[in-house]
Amino acid sequence: MLNVSIYRYNPEVDSEPYMQDFKVDTQGKDVMVLDVLEKLKTEDPTLTFRRSCREGVCGSDGVNISGKNGLACITPLSEAVKGNKLVIRPLPGLPVIRDLVIDMSQFYAQYEKIQPYMINNNPAPAIERLQSPEERAKLDGLYECILCACCSTACPSFWWNPDKFIGPSGLLQAYRFLADSRDTATEERLANLDDPFSVFRCHGIMNCVQVCPKGLNPTKAIGHIRSMLIRSAT
Amino acid sequence: MVTTVTSLGRSGLSDWMIQRISAWVMTAYLVFIVGYFIGNPNLNYAQWAELNSSLPMRMFSLITILSIAAHAWIGMWCVLTDYITVRLIGPKATAIRIFFQLGMIAITLLYVIWAIDILWGI
Repeated sequence: MLNVSIYRYNPEVDSEPYMQDFKVDTQGKDVMVLDVLEKLKTEDPTLTFRRSCREGVCGSDGVNISGKNGLACITPLSEAVKGNKLVIRPLPGLPVIRDLVIDMSQFYAQYEKIQPYMINNNPAPAIERLQSPEERAKLDGLYECILCACCSTACPSFWWNPDKFIGPSGLLQAYRFLADSRDTATEERLANLDDPFSVFRCHGIMNCVQVCPKGLNPTKAIGHIRSMLIRSAT
Repeated sequence: MVTTVTSLGRSGLSDWMIQRISAWVMTAYLVFIVGYFIGNPNLNYAQWAELNSSLPMRMFSLITILSIAAHAWIGMWCVLTDYITVRLIGPKATAIRIFFQLGMIAITLLYVIWAIDILWGI
């Protein structure tokens, strides 16, 4: 039997959060953490968590699994269980709505700040805006982000200043548009980032890289933004 | 874009660059001083005073002191804006943070002036 400890908090009933212990029979199978949560929900329907695609694409089920942020649906027990114990908590740093569900408004507000859409004021061509294969290759490692918030909620700079520091996820997306050959707002985008918080609160500790379930590298993208700022400002 | 008034360079890029350059200056000074001590095992006061009263050495020391001051200003400002915030300690945080920021800036400037007085008083 696997010992599972889960963070519980229902603000309508509980005065403060607590950890609830469960025992789960996984029949020795190396199932995913989400499977354990689903099984527990059949026993206790009040257990609350987000999930949708269950294959690491939608980014709904980001949780803190035995101390490390990740997606419950693609994290096998063999990676998550330490000493026959699995500890599941909500992603740290953002307000808890209930159990494992967090309020991601602050995270999305930062995402919105970087204008996550193509800006091109040139007249639209007859068919589409073309890119060379080399230009398109620059977007690899950037467009794959699913906004699960595992990285930003693993970042101390984001914990302390979630209203001012864009956070690794938003900055990865910021670079995705800075690097896009079809986008013409590079200067405005850079001007909006040159303050002591938005980009420069990143001290390069690389928690984001360590936890990204898609294997992306926000620290590298932040380095590129910094280089672009240096190029435009010197 | 977040506007700041108590950071050293007012811009994130400028603070970041000052932080890197000042780190190199401090490293160079440290290497030089340690090297000088190793190269002069029987160092006496006369030699030490002669070294520090030469204009190039005074310049080097002053640039290093300015680097330490800038580096400390930026670093302390980061620490204060990380931990003394309304989010973490409540509504009084802004007044407490401004008090510590101005105190930190005043002490830094006093140290710089004191250091100049020492360097040119040798």
